[in-house]
Amino acid sequence: MSRPGGQGRDALEVKFVPDEEVLKHIAEYTGMKVQKNKTQLVGSVKRFVKKLENISDDEAQEILEEKNYVAALGLCTQDPMGNGSSVSGGEVYSFQTPKRSSKMAELASELAQTPGQSVAPDHSKCPDKTAKAPQNNKHTSSDKVLQRNKKKEIVSTTPYRLRKRLTAPDPYLESESEYSASCSEEDEEDQKEVSTVLSGQETPAKTKAASTPPPRNTLAKKNKNKMGNLVEEYFEAHSSSKVLTSDRTLQKLRKRRLNQQTLHDLLKKAPLAYAAEIKELNQQHERLFSKWMLQLHLGFNIVLYGLGSKRDLLEKFRTSVLQESVHLVVNGYFPSITLRSILNSITEDVLNHIGTFRSPPDQLEFIIKKFKEDSSLELYVLIHNLDSQMLRGERSQQILAQLSSLPSIYLIASIDHINAPLLWDQAKLSLYNWLWYETTTFSPYVEETSYENSLLVQQSGSLALSSLTHVLRSLTLNARGIFRLLAQYQLKNKDNPSYAGLSFQDFYQQCREAFLVNSDLTLRAQLTEFRDHKLIRTKRGADGVEYLLIPVDDSTLADFLEKEDEDI
Amino acid sequence: MASDQIRNKGVNVTDHDLTFRSLSEVLQNNITPYIALLEAKDCPGIKNLMQKLMGQLMNCYIDVDSSEDEDYVQVSHNRIRCSMTSLINWYEHVTKKPDSETPSKKRTSSSRHWQSPPVVVVFKDMESFSTKVLQDFIVISSQHIHELPLVLIFGIATSPMIIHSLLPHFVSSLLCIELFQSLSCKDHLSTIIDKLLLRASFPFKLGEKVLQVLINIFLYHDFSVQNFIKGFQLCIVEHFCSQPVSVLCCQLVDAKKRADSLSHDQCENIRKLPSFRRYVESQVSEKQIALLTVDTYLKEITQKLLEDLHVYHENYLSVLRCLHVFTSFLPKYPLGKQIRELYCACLENQVWETEEYESSLQLARMLNKSDLVTMLQQCVEIFVSSSGKEFDNTVEKLKEFLTQFQKLEEEAFQEQDVSVSSQKELQKKTDLYHLQKTLLELKESRRSKKLTKFEMLRFEVVDYIDSLVRNYLVPANHKTLHEIMYFNTASVLREHLNAAPRIALHTALNNPYRYLKNQALKSDEGSISNKAPDICIVYKLHLECGRLINLVDWLEAFSTVVMGAEGPNADAASSDQVDDIIHARFIRAVSELELLGFIKPSKQKTDHVARLTWGGC
Repeated sequence: MSRPGGQGRDALEVKFVPDEEVLKHIAEYTGMKVQKNKTQLVGSVKRFVKKLENISDDEAQEILEEKNYVAALGLCTQDPMGNGSSVSGGEVYSFQTPKRSSKMAELASELAQTPGQSVAPDHSKCPDKTAKAPQNNKHTSSDKVLQRNKKKEIVSTTPYRLRKRLTAPDPYLESESEYSASCSEEDEEDQKEVSTVLSGQETPAKTKAASTPPPRNTLAKKNKNKMGNLVEEYFEAHSSSKVLTSDRTLQKLRKRRLNQQTLHDLLKKAPLAYAAEIKELNQQHERLFSKWMLQLHLGFNIVLYGLGSKRDLLEKFRTSVLQESVHLVVNGYFPSITLRSILNSITEDVLNHIGTFRSPPDQLEFIIKKFKEDSSLELYVLIHNLDSQMLRGERSQQILAQLSSLPSIYLIASIDHINAPLLWDQAKLSLYNWLWYETTTFSPYVEETSYENSLLVQQSGSLALSSLTHVLRSLTLNARGIFRLLAQYQLKNKDNPSYAGLSFQDFYQQCREAFLVNSDLTLRAQLTEFRDHKLIRTKRGADGVEYLLIPVDDSTLADFLEKEDEDI
Repeated sequence: MASDQIRNKGVNVTDHDLTFRSLSEVLQNNITPYIALLEAKDCPGIKNLMQKLMGQLMNCYIDVDSSEDEDYVQVSHNRIRCSMTSLINWYEHVTKKPDSETPSKKRTSSSRHWQSPPVVVVFKDMESFSTKVLQDFIVISSQHIHELPLVLIFGIATSPMIIHSLLPHFVSSLLCIELFQSLSCKDHLSTIIDKLLLRASFPFKLGEKVLQVLINIFLYHDFSVQNFIKGFQLCIVEHFCSQPVSVLCCQLVDAKKRADSLSHDQCENIRKLPSFRRYVESQVSEKQIALLTVDTYLKEITQKLLEDLHVYHENYLSVLRCLHVFTSFLPKYPLGKQIRELYCACLENQVWETEEYESSLQLARMLNKSDLVTMLQQCVEIFVSSSGKEFDNTVEKLKEFLTQFQKLEEEAFQEQDVSVSSQKELQKKTDLYHLQKTLLELKESRRSKKLTKFEMLRFEVVDYIDSLVRNYLVPANHKTLHEIMYFNTASVLREHLNAAPRIALHTALNNPYRYLKNQALKSDEGSISNKAPDICIVYKLHLECGRLINLVDWLEAFSTVVMGAEGPNADAASSDQVDDIIHARFIRAVSELELLGFIKPSKQKTDHVARLTWGGC
């Protein structure tokens, strides 16, 4: 394609052709020029910018700028890490532009349409362009209204076609026909539904576009600005309280919340993808077992990282190598694991020491002394998820590090969190004396996530119920009565959405009437005990009065009361 | 008055424990048995400080006179009130004791100490102590200095001025301060490299890349000599684990014996070595056949080659040191200031082909005489002390150079005369035109002038050094059987010592094909197929979102992708069932992402999660 020719054609058509069309051409041009010559690119950029000046659409300009920027930097083509799209400046640049909210859906539809095929990095970066490409071919002759409509659809949070497919997966929707003009009317209807969201989105778009300076100067300058932009955009994105996402909630979806059990059952039914390859991966890792043993004995400790649950791998290691020796398995992902319980199991089960310690450091000192005295003592410690919520603390890490630095304690641990290495400073690292092993397994985190309080999973509450009964059983009859009173009151008000809790004075009144307490001091003492066991929560209302609340969901509470009644 | 000492040290943290431990050991052996090591994090208040201090001192006490009073100490340790008086009582008790009831055994052990040994208290990290605690302790102890001779040692990471900014004048005036500077970690590293790597007696060697990785970790990450040693240990483990011919990596005598008793398989291993193959190819055909088929002949040759290698190392190291003498004198240090840099350069490839070597030779040709002479003398010393036998000639040659330099002394006078006369000529003629002319002439003559004798000699010396380098500093990987001694797989080191967990996660999520070798997953760089594992798809989708992610949108996008991947055959009959399963898979993937730390639940909006990463990765 010769440049003057293309230029002429564009100049002729610029009034009539919709923005997208122009953009498409520009994109093609820049794409070609990058391969040819950089100086030429600069020229063409300038020329196109000039030509576009009479087009008032800010959005188009913004996209153009972004495109040229990415192309000129060549970031999409050459990336030293090979990490492609995710690290390129282009993506960073387009962070939280208004189109952002729809991109997920766009990418999804794109991925869905190309089964078995891959999507080129360019496409994933600007999916709106590719999604539009077929439309534009068909609609170049049609009127502008339709195009506008189409464009709106792109901006909407979730395109109609996606929504429809989810509720009733219809094979006909898979076909090309969804791009035909007939569909656009349905889209129009759909548009009304989300129009409120749209208006909220388009205003920031305009202001943002206006604030960005027009493309100018040389590329070198842009390059310099890159870092500054990045920083600024980060803070821009995090300073605004406005969040540009759709307002839809799971409740509207009429999807019942799955509980842990059904989730588990359902996942069992779903076949594990790529089981053969995962097995192959695991076998590769298992070949390292003897090497790990050697290195553990030479004073190193081993830490495993990489995507996928490493629990099975460590378990395999334990059963195949450590059967004969003393070992301790710590399930770090377990929500109630504590440092004390780890130390206790060492002192009680391994060292057979009966007695308590004042503080973890004391206990550690004792352990260190014991291990130094008796050189025949050896202990393997396996920690699943050393970076878990409960073991993350500075103090527990320090003590674990000191434990692991003992020559006869061999530690092998796994980490999963992306920021896990930040847990350790130089001092701890030198105590741990890690050797890192990448063990990407791709196995699902079944055990590890079962305790995670996922938003999507309904809490069964079985844990809370059992703890309630356990604690209550150890209390006096009066105390149980007090708790019952509170629970009953809370259940009575369960349908009241503005129920803040029972105020202390009211509660005291009720307790007196039921002959449960004789002074507010005794009641306060009782409440303190409850609070220590996390049975109740107190909240100060707007009027300064203390309100008492049981932080358990209603069904659990009802179950609990039922059980209590049975007992009595 | 409490007499105090201050140790100054750099930024490096991990080695400090070691330094202090060895310091206290030295003190314990030579000066006093009473040493306490205190750390800031154990001493938030003066009471804790005293507790810790007394605890440690009492423990010392147990160690010194064995078990007889253990019960007493055990009790006192728990019961005793932590005050200066009790400390003084304890001190009096322990110092008097050897005089009154001296078992002979104890006397010998304590005779190395003074009559009343001082109590040494080491503050490991002075900057982190709260000023109040330090002040109180110093003021209190200064009042008891007559009963309790106390020496305080402060570890300071910043400048020594800190002691004056931390302590007010009335406190610091109670101290008698003396400053000691500890060696920088780089010096320690040089010592280690010198003692471990640059010794022919130690057969295990590091390849160039490996050494570079270790030094880079040291210089750019932690400055920790401990970690350097750890890396070195790992190298040894890996070498002996992964390289089957490493059985021969031992002292020459043992290696010869072992070479004699090699099994057939081991011989095959030797034949497989690339360097050995090159050697075989360079031989005549009968020898080739013998080497490849006859084990006994192979063993014989191996022994010979091992000996060659040993001799090569001995020579190599002496010449390396000699070259270092030269290069470390040059301005701007084109080949590096430290011997480790020079060593790396020589290990990598033929050093005489590099530009840096060329320029350093140029510079060496411009050295003045006195420098040159001192260098030659140093070289002579190195060669004389080296164990290599081939250097007799070299030493003689160098000595000859030295005598020639001495002879030049007289001739130097004459040369001076010449230069003086030409200078005089310059001063005589003041005419501008003539001045210009003479200057030009002078320049001409200087250019065309024959080299002076000194310059000729200097050239000769440099050329001689050059020939030594070319002879002896052949890179190790040109040597046959170098695989036995050299550990070369730097990637292993980087993987295990300097891992990048985040990049591994990122690759696994973005490009699962790297791990799961399934054709369906194969895709271009940076993109992803829709048949990828669930978590990869969910991750990829979430990358398209801003700070908050709507779970419903996410779920829909996910199910679109998954259904698209499964194709149209997922018909309406089982749609409900399928839907549930997809929902469950989505939940799993999202909670996995949560576990990995990419998202977290957000209360800002219902059914939203917050993204925790931004931009790349």
